[in-house]
Amino acid sequence: MPRKGEHMKKVCRLDGLGCATCAAKIENAVAKLPGVSSASVNFMTTKMVIEGEDARMDEIMDQATAIVKKVEPDVVVRKA
Amino acid sequence: MKPNENQKKLIKTIVGAVIYALAILTRVKGSPFSLAAFLVAYFIIGGDVLWRAARNILRGKVFDENFLMSLATIGAFIVGDFAEAVAVMLFYQVGELFQDYAVDQSRKSIASLMNIRPDYAVVQRGETLEKVDPDEVKVDEIIVIKPGERVPLDAVVLSGSSSIDTSALTGESLPRDVDAGDALLSGCINISGLITARVTKEYGESTVSKILDLVENAGNKKSNSEHFITKFAGVYTPVVVIVAVLLALIPPLVVPGATFREWIYRGLIFLVISCPCALVISIPLSFFGGIGGASRRGILVKGSNYLEALAQTEIVVFDKTGTLTKGTFTVQKIAPVGISQSELLERAACAESYSNHPISQSLQKAYGKVIDCARIRDVEETSGHGLTACVDEKTIAAGNAKLMRKLGVTFTEPEDIIGTVVHVAEDGVYRGYIVIADEVKEDAARAIAELKAANIHQTIMLTGDAKRIGERVASQLGLDEVYTELLPVDKVTKVEELLAKKSPRGKLAFVGDGINDAPVLARADIGIAMGGLGSDAAIEAADIVIMTDEPSKIATAIRVSQKTLRIVKQNITFALLVKGVVLLLGALGYASMWAAIFADVGVAILAILNAIRMLNVKSIK
Repeated sequence: MPRKGEHMKKVCRLDGLGCATCAAKIENAVAKLPGVSSASVNFMTTKMVIEGEDARMDEIMDQATAIVKKVEPDVVVRKA
Repeated sequence: MKPNENQKKLIKTIVGAVIYALAILTRVKGSPFSLAAFLVAYFIIGGDVLWRAARNILRGKVFDENFLMSLATIGAFIVGDFAEAVAVMLFYQVGELFQDYAVDQSRKSIASLMNIRPDYAVVQRGETLEKVDPDEVKVDEIIVIKPGERVPLDAVVLSGSSSIDTSALTGESLPRDVDAGDALLSGCINISGLITARVTKEYGESTVSKILDLVENAGNKKSNSEHFITKFAGVYTPVVVIVAVLLALIPPLVVPGATFREWIYRGLIFLVISCPCALVISIPLSFFGGIGGASRRGILVKGSNYLEALAQTEIVVFDKTGTLTKGTFTVQKIAPVGISQSELLERAACAESYSNHPISQSLQKAYGKVIDCARIRDVEETSGHGLTACVDEKTIAAGNAKLMRKLGVTFTEPEDIIGTVVHVAEDGVYRGYIVIADEVKEDAARAIAELKAANIHQTIMLTGDAKRIGERVASQLGLDEVYTELLPVDKVTKVEELLAKKSPRGKLAFVGDGINDAPVLARADIGIAMGGLGSDAAIEAADIVIMTDEPSKIATAIRVSQKTLRIVKQNITFALLVKGVVLLLGALGYASMWAAIFADVGVAILAILNAIRMLNVKSIK
């Protein structure tokens, strides 16, 4: 079992991501979430990589999904 | 976006455009029918934009491009410029369609790049062959690869022989022959024969998945240009929108004689130009194209930041062995005295046949025939000198000058030799010498020349070899500087010295084989490892991995990076210049809505077309 405070990497797909400015907005907002150490949205591969505390990952993913919904309502977050 | 959604949008835009054209042709000033026709065209073309703008306002997003476009076009209707209003929406949609198309195309080209992913593995389990996902195969299982199939996992050949096409990994079109005992790399294609092989690595650790991972994630390490644009976009839009509002409101209130109609029009021009889309989309597109194109040539770049740094390279530092030279010893010269060349080689090869030393192996290889062990006895090796052996009842001594002196053989020491000299004496009579040296790679000299042509200021070689050898190789290849007799630690110090000497903006790249120079690769601005195919160490340690052994690929990589950066700079300058000029002219009242449309959509399309050039790097050798 991973201990609390341990970091992990989570990858998800952003289906329908069509605007590079939005990609940057999502990236910035997700990177500022508590527990996230780094976030990167790759516009070309439509993948988002989030690095953060393992124990809070579920919470982080929920918040990240909410951010994506807010910035780009048409984008669907899918597990990669 | 789904393709049929794009098609729907395209049809809608075309229908709208036709109605718009009719509306212009039948225009009667002040006629309500004309206004109605324009409105119909407007809603057909821009209905979805208006809808998204309304929805986003409810979500509290104001500086959204849909909103800005809606505001600009509604404003144009209000001030009575119907034709312009519809045109702004029409061209905005055309621009969007074009962007989607460009992005789709380049995503497809990634997908084709990613085509090296094996779909299945055929595993021998008990008596049956099973077709399974490569992920499910364990180390040491036996896989069968038919001609035409892709090697699913890294493995070693048990039986069968075939030719293997490695071009997907290396960009090298020449097939490689494999036999029992040879390593097979996943991602390559088996061309001719049936092979059974034992799996050496799980799928996740296999070459193909490492490469896929690397290329897919390269865009995650963003370049300075991308960071700049993201920051710029964050400031640009709000500033332009605020100026637009001020422009529309203040002059009519303050300046006598200024009308709202005139100044609102000027403000609307600002709104149309307020989206930085052209830059934001074209820059990652260029980097992606550069990285993708490089990987098709067997050059893996681990991030946009490295591609950007590579374009600013001033100094390229090479390790010698394994990078500029092959790292394997071969016979370079045979100088017999009183006997033939082949006789001299035969004597040396026989005498050395019991030794495992690299020098002995290179002699065996040059001799090329099987040596009958019965001919040789009484082998006696003196460390640091060489050896003596009884071959065909004659005493053969093979070794360095010290051995010859010790045995009292009279000989003249050859001068100006690079490499290791093996002297041979037969029953105390000198028979000549053989020179063995590390071979320079075929394309090494061309690599250096091409680097110079690509504007690299300095090419430097570091080596642990003796001064004489190092300098000879360096002058043969045309390197600018060479530092010899360095221990691995000294190489790090040397690179640090060189880093201190270069200009602040210039970058230093170090090229090594990635095996024992990891600290130097890490210390340099850009670490480039050669011969990455099959070497995990090289792939891990470096920022850029050349899959083949060819140093000339470094020049290719630099040319690709320079072209990428050139396109990025062109796009930034061009877009900012056009937008800046149109904004200025707009504020002064010289620019029309049409100029604004060009500054927005026209610039976006041109920037994207320019960036797409990068996807076609076939033109770069």
